[in-house]
Amino acid sequence: MIINHPLLGPRDAQEFTYLGDAGLINRPYWLSENALREFHDYLHLRDNPAGLHRELWFHEQGDRSWLVVTRDTTTHEITKVELARDVARANRAAEVMQ
Amino acid sequence: MRYSALRLIKESLTGHKGWGPQWRDPDPKEAYDYVIIGGGGHGLATAYYLAKEFQGARIAVLEKGWIGGGNVGRNTTIIRSNYLLDGNEPFYEFSLKLWEGLEQDLNYNAMVSQRGILNLVHTDAQRDAARRRGNAMILNGSDAELLDTDGVRAMYPFLNFDNARFPIKGGLLHRRGGTVRHDAVAWGYARGADQRGVDIIQNCEVTGFRIENGKVLGVETSRGFIGAKKVGVSVAGSSSRVMAMAGMRLPIESHVLQAFVSEGLKPFIPGVITYGAGHFYCSQSDKGGLVFGGDIDGYNSYAQRGNLPVVEDVIESGMSLIPGLGRARLLRSWGGIMDMSMDGSPFIDKTHIEGLYFNGGWCYGGFKATPAAGFCFAHLLKTDRPHETAKAYRLDRFMTGHMIDEKGQGAQPNLH
Ligand SMILES: Cc1cc2nc3c(=O)[nH]c(=O)nc-3n(C[C@H](O)[C@H](O)[C@H](O)COP(=O)(O)OP(=O)(O)OC[C@H]3O[C@@H](n4cnc5c(N)ncnc54)[C@H](O)[C@@H]3O)c2cc1C
Repeated sequence: MIINHPLLGPRDAQEFTYLGDAGLINRPYWLSENALREFHDYLHLRDNPAGLHRELWFHEQGDRSWLVVTRDTTTHEITKVELARDVARANRAAEVMQ
Repeated sequence: MRYSALRLIKESLTGHKGWGPQWRDPDPKEAYDYVIIGGGGHGLATAYYLAKEFQGARIAVLEKGWIGGGNVGRNTTIIRSNYLLDGNEPFYEFSLKLWEGLEQDLNYNAMVSQRGILNLVHTDAQRDAARRRGNAMILNGSDAELLDTDGVRAMYPFLNFDNARFPIKGGLLHRRGGTVRHDAVAWGYARGADQRGVDIIQNCEVTGFRIENGKVLGVETSRGFIGAKKVGVSVAGSSSRVMAMAGMRLPIESHVLQAFVSEGLKPFIPGVITYGAGHFYCSQSDKGGLVFGGDIDGYNSYAQRGNLPVVEDVIESGMSLIPGLGRARLLRSWGGIMDMSMDGSPFIDKTHIEGLYFNGGWCYGGFKATPAAGFCFAHLLKTDRPHETAKAYRLDRFMTGHMIDEKGQGAQPNLH
């Protein structure tokens, strides 16, 4: 698989390590009333679709950035690559808007 | 029809015309007491033990493709009872005991071969870990022997003992472990279940559940609605997809694991060998092919095929352990989709929906579990209580803090 890094261009997926479901960006608030349940779900219950999946990859043997890769789990085709930082900021902005 | 030597002689004298199909091909009925989703090893074993041991009646197994087309027909056929933790080892020991009596029980030649499994160690720390594991195994009624370098050399003289980086310091030998003909397991259970009245319905994909007031009433399928008092889900790599139809999210990711087989060679590996310094394990099939594999690819996948980096890693590891491997030609490689759980251990449990039960999360080790998983799932379906050896396999164990993490890796499925 080739991951088209937003800053570095196409890189072999072997340079990266895989973490999983990009939902892991959205850490629950530690003082929330249901923190125990929320952290349980956050840590253990992941999206696992057959089809498009948004997932976290770490460029360990590269610039050590975290990426959000959109990949089809039935074909391994990668359709979108974003910096995780940008995704996290956009998520937070969306939260503030609500 | 019972199989026997006498029967074989009779058939060979009469042109093999009297064999007949091993199971029926029935149309689905309107309703059953028990519907098992998934005609892999686990689903078929569940139906078999439900009918045989627990007097279950009106049972159907629904399979979206053909039985044996999933992981039960794609694995590297290793069976063993060499786990460390209390939640696991009694279960796998129970499974190995069932394997030991399986062929007589099923009247079916599944080629159960207890040819021994040797886990190699390369450092002092690994030897300590092997000794500890061996003791845990023996405490749970399994068998284990710690070999030194000479002991390993006597068994497998062709291994690379003088590897400067990873010298072979010995190994943990589990003599009762071995291999089984995987397809025959599916077929044997299917035949046994069919003989006890179970309807095995192929080309029947479950597309939804009918659930009212928190109670399951049956399943929607590509062959219409089928009513059921109890539904047991046993779909291996498809667990998340199927349970999502009941609105559940599981502590599971689906990953691809590859396997390889070489051309047929004269017998030279009598047992199963696992490398302690790289991702590689190997055995030799009765046809002579070297059957080997390594690590999972490491990312979510439903593609049933892997990528080249893992191929390279497995072959490199293999070459560093068995240099002679480089002389053999590779015939085939393939991949299967496994349900990797958050602690690397499985689930056999009720769900919060009445009448809906789940068996899954077997990772890359569910083949050896087939008999006991079937038995324990049948026990749960019939009695609503977990079997003695499977009571740790709860869906809520991450909430209660009772994870069964053999490797101590935490909630990271691609590291288990
Ligand atoms: C390459 C490889 C090597 C392995 N090696 C070993 C090994 O050496 N030892 C070991 O112990 N384990 C091994 N495993 C793991 C083992 O194969 C699995 O854990 C085990 O087979 C899973 O249980 P099963 O046999 O019931 O699965 P499967 O045979 O996959 O059965 C599940 C069935 O459910 C069906 N299904 C899915 N969705 C639906 C639906 N919606 N409706 C109806 N049916 C559905 C599928 O078609 C499938 O037939 C290996 C796996 C792989 C891929």
